[in-house]
Amino acid sequence: MGEPQSATESAVVGTGVGKRYRRREALRGCDFAIPAGAVCGLVGPNGSGKSTLLSLAAGLRQPSEGELRVLGLRPGLDEELRARIAYVAQDKPLYPRLTVADTLRLGRELNPRWDEELAAEILRQGQLQPGSRIGQLSGGQRSRVALALALGKRPELLLLDEPMADLDPLARHQLMGTLMGQAAEHGTTVVISSHILSELEGVIDHLLLIDGGRVRLDGPVDGILESHRLLHGSEGLPLDGHGVVELRRTGRGSAALVRPSGPIAEGWQVETPSLEELLLAYLRAPEATPTAHASRTEAAA
Amino acid sequence: MIEYRIDRRSGVATYLQIVHQTKQALRLGLLQPGDKLPTAREVVEATAINPNTVLKAYRELDREGLVEPRPGLGTFVRRALGNADATGDAALRAELGAWVDRAYAAGLDREDVAALMAAVLDATEQRRSAAAESATGGREENT
Repeated sequence: MGEPQSATESAVVGTGVGKRYRRREALRGCDFAIPAGAVCGLVGPNGSGKSTLLSLAAGLRQPSEGELRVLGLRPGLDEELRARIAYVAQDKPLYPRLTVADTLRLGRELNPRWDEELAAEILRQGQLQPGSRIGQLSGGQRSRVALALALGKRPELLLLDEPMADLDPLARHQLMGTLMGQAAEHGTTVVISSHILSELEGVIDHLLLIDGGRVRLDGPVDGILESHRLLHGSEGLPLDGHGVVELRRTGRGSAALVRPSGPIAEGWQVETPSLEELLLAYLRAPEATPTAHASRTEAAA
Repeated sequence: MIEYRIDRRSGVATYLQIVHQTKQALRLGLLQPGDKLPTAREVVEATAINPNTVLKAYRELDREGLVEPRPGLGTFVRRALGNADATGDAALRAELGAWVDRAYAAGLDREDVAALMAAVLDATEQRRSAAAESATGGREENT
């Protein structure tokens, strides 16, 4: 059983990270710290900046402002970092004319810490023929090859951009299991972006929620869930003093996600939200930045 | 070796599901003193859950004196789980049974009773955690 190297050490740290493309600002003022050994979910709506953030961490692009440190180094600038991280982009770039076996050989030759057994096992699970050309594989099969390459590299940090999107449920379960097994065995830090919120439940222990290029939540999942409450009750029940993330009308009643400060008024039915419930409430209320003093009208506006 | 079944939609925290299933196996004699629990890696490869969840469950079982970690070897069952609490449970159960009879007599149906029970449990938990709650919490970086 592998122990995470150190709970206090951070694998990825952003300080005021911003990224401007020619016409638009993809990220701005992003402060966050992903602890070493964490399995971090990077969540946000389409176009929120998830892929940009991952490509900055992978060193494929440089931030326009602020600073990003990965394993204490500068991605893209400090050469030694390259062997220690693996990045699987959304479009899974592989050489279409190579066979599965050639692709694996490439991984073996390019990576000093290559784990042949693990990479081969991942391909075997998917019943991939070594002789098949990459170009002839389905999207899901290509994802499997890309993940085999990334995991075979034995990285300290795995950056995965929507890795499971085109996989069938069995493959998804197998690969998520393999991924978690590697995290357990080697203390690998995993940053995984996903739209499929239910897929992250039970998997991630750290959450980075970005929206409109800004960080809205960054912290351990347990702590974030514990600091929020889901309230159901009749309309007009008081919420004063609590940070209101979202307030919805549900028929005659109201439902609210709040960060409580102090006791909650009598009459509300109080629950701790699930990860999916929390994320959906944040995503539905993109403008609400909960503050301890937000009144109901402000938050609902 | 015990195989854990994880229900992500049950609303029960994943680590508690592992704790409960381990205790159930101890009660049923499916796990006996000296038996080895699966490693975190084995559990997560089969269930695709976060490894820290497994470690948290094993720590909880360790805290309750049911298992012990042996460094480099794994986690082992320390003692069986008899129904030591059976008398206490039975008394509570009888009281609850009587209460449910009264509720039915008052015209409540099964769902009314379940909803009332859930509401009281929620209120109790909230009351108990109210003090601790203000001290802890997730960090949020507002921008």
